[in-house]
Amino acid sequence: MRIELRLSGTGGQGLITAGIILAEAALLDGKLAVQSQSYGPEARGGSSKAEVIISDQAIHFSKVTKPDILLAMSQEAMNKYSGDLGPDSVIVTDSLFVSKIPAHEGKVYELPITHTAKNELGRALFSNIVALGALYKLTKVVSYEALEKAVLNRVPKGTEEKNKKALAAGIAMVD
Amino acid sequence: MSRILLLQGNQAVVEGAIAAGVKFFGGYPITPSTEVAESLAEKLPLVGGKFIQMEDEIASMGAIIGASLTGKKVMTATSGPGFSLKQELIGYACAAEVPMVIVNVQRVGPSTGQPTSPSQGDIMQARWGTHGDHWLIALTPASVPECFELTLRAYALSEKYRTPVILLMDEVIGHMREKIELPDNYDEIPKAERKRPACAPADYKAYADVDGDGVPPMADFGNGYRWHVTGLVHDETGFPKGTPGATVAAADRQYHKIYDNLDDIVQVDEYRMEDAEYAIVAFGGGARTAYETVDMARAKGIKVGLVRPITIWPFAEAQMAALADKVKGILVHELNCGQYVLEVERAVAGKCPVCSYAKYDNEPATPAQLLAALEKSLAL
Amino acid sequence: MSMEQIVDKYFRPGRLPHIWCPGCGNGVVTGCICKAVDKLGLDQNEVVVVSGIGCSSRASGYLDFNTVHSAHGRALPVATGVKLAEPRLKVIVVTGDGDCTAIGGNHLIHAARRNIDMTVVLYNNSIYGMTGGQYSPMTPLGSKATTAPYATIEQDFDVTELVRAAGATFVARATTFHAQVLADVIAKGIQHKGFALIEAVAACPTSFGRHNKMPNPATLMEWQRDHAVMKAAWDKMDAAKREGKFPIGVLYEDNSRKEYTDAYEELIARAQGGKK
Repeated sequence: MRIELRLSGTGGQGLITAGIILAEAALLDGKLAVQSQSYGPEARGGSSKAEVIISDQAIHFSKVTKPDILLAMSQEAMNKYSGDLGPDSVIVTDSLFVSKIPAHEGKVYELPITHTAKNELGRALFSNIVALGALYKLTKVVSYEALEKAVLNRVPKGTEEKNKKALAAGIAMVD
Repeated sequence: MSRILLLQGNQAVVEGAIAAGVKFFGGYPITPSTEVAESLAEKLPLVGGKFIQMEDEIASMGAIIGASLTGKKVMTATSGPGFSLKQELIGYACAAEVPMVIVNVQRVGPSTGQPTSPSQGDIMQARWGTHGDHWLIALTPASVPECFELTLRAYALSEKYRTPVILLMDEVIGHMREKIELPDNYDEIPKAERKRPACAPADYKAYADVDGDGVPPMADFGNGYRWHVTGLVHDETGFPKGTPGATVAAADRQYHKIYDNLDDIVQVDEYRMEDAEYAIVAFGGGARTAYETVDMARAKGIKVGLVRPITIWPFAEAQMAALADKVKGILVHELNCGQYVLEVERAVAGKCPVCSYAKYDNEPATPAQLLAALEKSLAL
Repeated sequence: MSMEQIVDKYFRPGRLPHIWCPGCGNGVVTGCICKAVDKLGLDQNEVVVVSGIGCSSRASGYLDFNTVHSAHGRALPVATGVKLAEPRLKVIVVTGDGDCTAIGGNHLIHAARRNIDMTVVLYNNSIYGMTGGQYSPMTPLGSKATTAPYATIEQDFDVTELVRAAGATFVARATTFHAQVLADVIAKGIQHKGFALIEAVAACPTSFGRHNKMPNPATLMEWQRDHAVMKAAWDKMDAAKREGKFPIGVLYEDNSRKEYTDAYEELIARAQGGKK
């Protein structure tokens, strides 16, 4: 078992945090995980990319070369980080920000991630956790228990219930 | 008891430093090493240690020299441009034989280069960056757990040989997060201690090789041994003496204290080398690619293995010479225009072909790229 | 204690003669540091002397304390490391005008800003002596030097005003002519808890005097006598009378600001108490 995920978007959307949470959930499940990132000099805005590789075998090379999942939460990230997709790669987009999707043979999920975070949780801030819920439902790469625990370990005290709701909203988004 | 964590390489260095008993950090912010400073700013006061953000990179080096003289274990962390600025005082610390650990998380250079992109462009600077002849130790971790282990080892070597040790990281290892299992209680980890004088203060000569191992005992400032520290050439008393004899004696002792102990200092790891006909030599972030390349090549029937220097300096002279007797060809992979390969070529001395896969485009090589380079350069 | 006794007690046996030229003021300043230490009864084992590079910085090698002859301009960072790592030690920094205010100028303002407890004795001989007479940031405007054959056109620093503005909490000045005053203000600086700087005006007949029509050491000492004014008298002088002269004595002292290593101990207590 080995899965490579690339979570991309704009700096400030919390995608590096989402990548860390996913990797920590994998460790809680007893798997191995490597997380890496690239980012521009801007703390906010600019493209941001977090990559996570989860496997039950040793992971040496830390960068994603054949993404099983590409999450794109901005049009710029969609364009910039989709060059190495294969026919089996799954594209997940935030439909609020991504309107043009490059020609792709595989599956594409256009999900209202940020829209849902705003409408159901009151703040766009929760969009990364909503996205994690959706990725969980699509891949089952980590167990729900581990994911929820990893989320709650990382989020500020007092926001636990909202974050659980965010996960549930993400899960509900995927049929 | 232990705990399993997902940590960045830079954070694992901090854990290693705390476990080793670091009590002083002087630093200056620079990408991609800043997490080391940020984390120690939080953790050092918790163990009664001191953190200071100095006004520049040079001052950071000066501060850790001063703190080390009081007997504390000290650290600074930087990246290429800051490493350049530190060089004069790195030379001072070599000449005055002041123990310390200097972390350099390498990024693309020269000049400001590419602050968030990986590189291994400071291999030669780590060895030859300061002016004049000098000898030191540099270690290169290739995983997050190894960042922890090698930080402990850096302190052990630094204290044992009374020398600066450079922890030569790269952005790949410094910023990636992976699993690490850490002991809950660092008190159980043995602490390296420098050799301190056994004689009375009146008989103390700060640079006298009393045990014949080339490492003079070092007294803590404030403990009754009033000694003099200088960057001038000095004799065994520590006071300036610029005669030809004193100059040669000081240089020879500083050379021998390290180069007579290569068995203890130089570590080289191997992966699938048992029956290998070819070898990839790679280290740090570059080695992460090479492990997978070896597996891919093996799946195609190419008998290749990985030789991974953990100690970058002193150079693994004997290991590389022995490797040349064993394999039909060597490919050196590094994230620069070709630095370490020059040393490998020198040690191999024509006994087998040595090729270079030098990658300097801001990105680590993928396993497929390295495999293609292997097949092409060694005509496999 | 006589000067002979001072030398016996505080100078390392076998390290003299020193490298300083006949007529150089560095020996007087170094002697005043020893007198100050002696007056305060400090334990030599608890005193650390850190110097940079230059004529004055050679003093560290002659003195019988824990001593560091560091790199050019870097005495203050090294001293900062010693003091912060081991606050019980008394730290004295020996430095020159070039070492401290040119190559080490950035460290000077930041050490002053932190108000870290140390005493800087700045030997101001108005020139780079060891390299043979180049102008420094404290060479008076219009002076000649080997690198200023047509006289300097750069405004010189008043280092006492500089460090005061940067945050130093004890600032004094004296000359080698006024050696009693010098020893006295150094002692006061050592006693002061915080960053103290003493400008010690010292003659350099070889590299400064010769280029500026004062090759005779006595002429330079007379110049000090005629241009230095005790602070109490200075305060009563009007601007016209102050022209070309400078005050000596304790120029500024502020005991209200927290010292850096004390503040760090409080930070440790706060951190260990779980507070950010």
